[in-house]
Amino acid sequence: MINEKDILETITMIQDENLDIRTITMGISLLDCCHSDIDVVCRKIYDKITLYAKDLVKTGEDIEKEYGIPIIHKRISVTPIAMILAACDNKDAVKIALTLEKAANTCGVNFIGGFSALVQKGFAHGDRELIEAIPEALAVTDHICSSVNIGSTKTGINMDAVKLMGETVLKSAQATKDKNCIGPAKLVVFCNAPEDNPFMAGAFHGAGEPDCVINVGVSGPGVVRAALAKSKDLDLTQVADLIKRTAFKITRMGQLVGSEASKRLGVPFGIVDLSLAPTPAVGDSVAHILEEIGLECCGAPGTTAALAMLNDAVKKGGVMASSHVGGLSGAFIPVSEDAGMIDAAKCGCLKIEKLEAMTAVCSVGLDMIVIPGDTSAATISAVIADEAAIGMVNSKTTAVRVIPAIGKKVGDELSFGGLLGSGPVMEVNTSSPAKFINRGGRIPAPMQSLKN
Amino acid sequence: MKAVISVIGKDTVGILASVAAKCAEYDINVMDVTQSVLQDMFVMIMMTDITKMTIPFSKFADEMETLGEQKCLSIKVMHEDIFNAMHTV
Repeated sequence: MINEKDILETITMIQDENLDIRTITMGISLLDCCHSDIDVVCRKIYDKITLYAKDLVKTGEDIEKEYGIPIIHKRISVTPIAMILAACDNKDAVKIALTLEKAANTCGVNFIGGFSALVQKGFAHGDRELIEAIPEALAVTDHICSSVNIGSTKTGINMDAVKLMGETVLKSAQATKDKNCIGPAKLVVFCNAPEDNPFMAGAFHGAGEPDCVINVGVSGPGVVRAALAKSKDLDLTQVADLIKRTAFKITRMGQLVGSEASKRLGVPFGIVDLSLAPTPAVGDSVAHILEEIGLECCGAPGTTAALAMLNDAVKKGGVMASSHVGGLSGAFIPVSEDAGMIDAAKCGCLKIEKLEAMTAVCSVGLDMIVIPGDTSAATISAVIADEAAIGMVNSKTTAVRVIPAIGKKVGDELSFGGLLGSGPVMEVNTSSPAKFINRGGRIPAPMQSLKN
Repeated sequence: MKAVISVIGKDTVGILASVAAKCAEYDINVMDVTQSVLQDMFVMIMMTDITKMTIPFSKFADEMETLGEQKCLSIKVMHEDIFNAMHTV
């Protein structure tokens, strides 16, 4: 028999502490849509996505109703489009982006991720064409997310791709300058990109994945913070234990929703991504958890250590609660999507250099950071290279999603609205890395890659 | 199959009766009820058997929510599996 206390705890978590399932993401392989004629490709892609995902949103809503747990996003991830484009005679990637947009609208999903290329070791047919099309593709669509993997522990870092991505991020901002530079908010540059990540903007359906799969991303920074707020006098061992217990409960819910969705849709269940994903809503902030642990403001000395403990405890709690764990799994630190981070960045306590240090111990990287519009492409490339180096050496995923705010300078604000939030333009070191970036070539894989 | 109906709000006359009547209307058997009043705040948890319910779950949840709004209460209907998943190993 379930006891009253447990029932009320669950209800409080959902109603007052913003507990939710962040996303149910259906991964769909498009490998069987390859064809030399791009019009045939587009038709096949549209037909396959709209067939497989026709009940995704409705099923998500039914589960939401039945279990009383909000499921914020229903999304789709697809095979990296560059792999599909490789077979086309006419490599018009924007045409495929528009097809994906049409499919997203038909299915009613929030986003389709996978306008992607994997170029960690070099460019194959279709890769360059796709990357060059990213600024336009993200400008003419609303529901398409793009990602490019430019490095990995096994391969090192493709610095030609890093250079190209710095330019692409900048062009993408310029192409959407009338829409609050939203383009680069939908573009992630990865090192060690996971192939089963359900979270946007970096979701894509890896080549080793099954034809179709359901992945779930949980959320819950508000719940962790509330649990810590109720237990003031714990030492850090006890704090870690409390986070683990809370993460366990959150993840169990994700596992339940994922397996239920998979059963109802007749699609295999992939993974639960154990992430603390913040939103700009009050009380749903990862920064506030760090502050609850004992920092005056996120970004203060001690932030990296507190985040490392938080990230580790979330994984330890979540891993037993789920049959398969994957994706990014950890604490996200997207500045514009986290009320506490926004405040910390505004007051000057949180700087990009500190965020970079934090990315060495958390799940992703420099995420949703607004930078001055006059930042050079070489500087953006160098920021990407730094971040990729952290990922490469530490055998972890790192990513960069920075938004050059065209026409704005440090201290101004850029607002995207919705879950993408808003953020202050943060200062970037302006010393030029141009010579380093223009060298091109590849940074060799580190010793850590030689595990065989 | 069981569902948990939770009712939270200001205590007034007839809350239990109206919720139970709605359950009876759709062949939902009330198996257990616990209720308490904390500083004027009424909290009731009702365990119900929904095996024979004559209405889709989501419609019933909507009706209960509407009933709650009429009485200035929060009434939620949730499948028991979510509590089992979260609170048992």
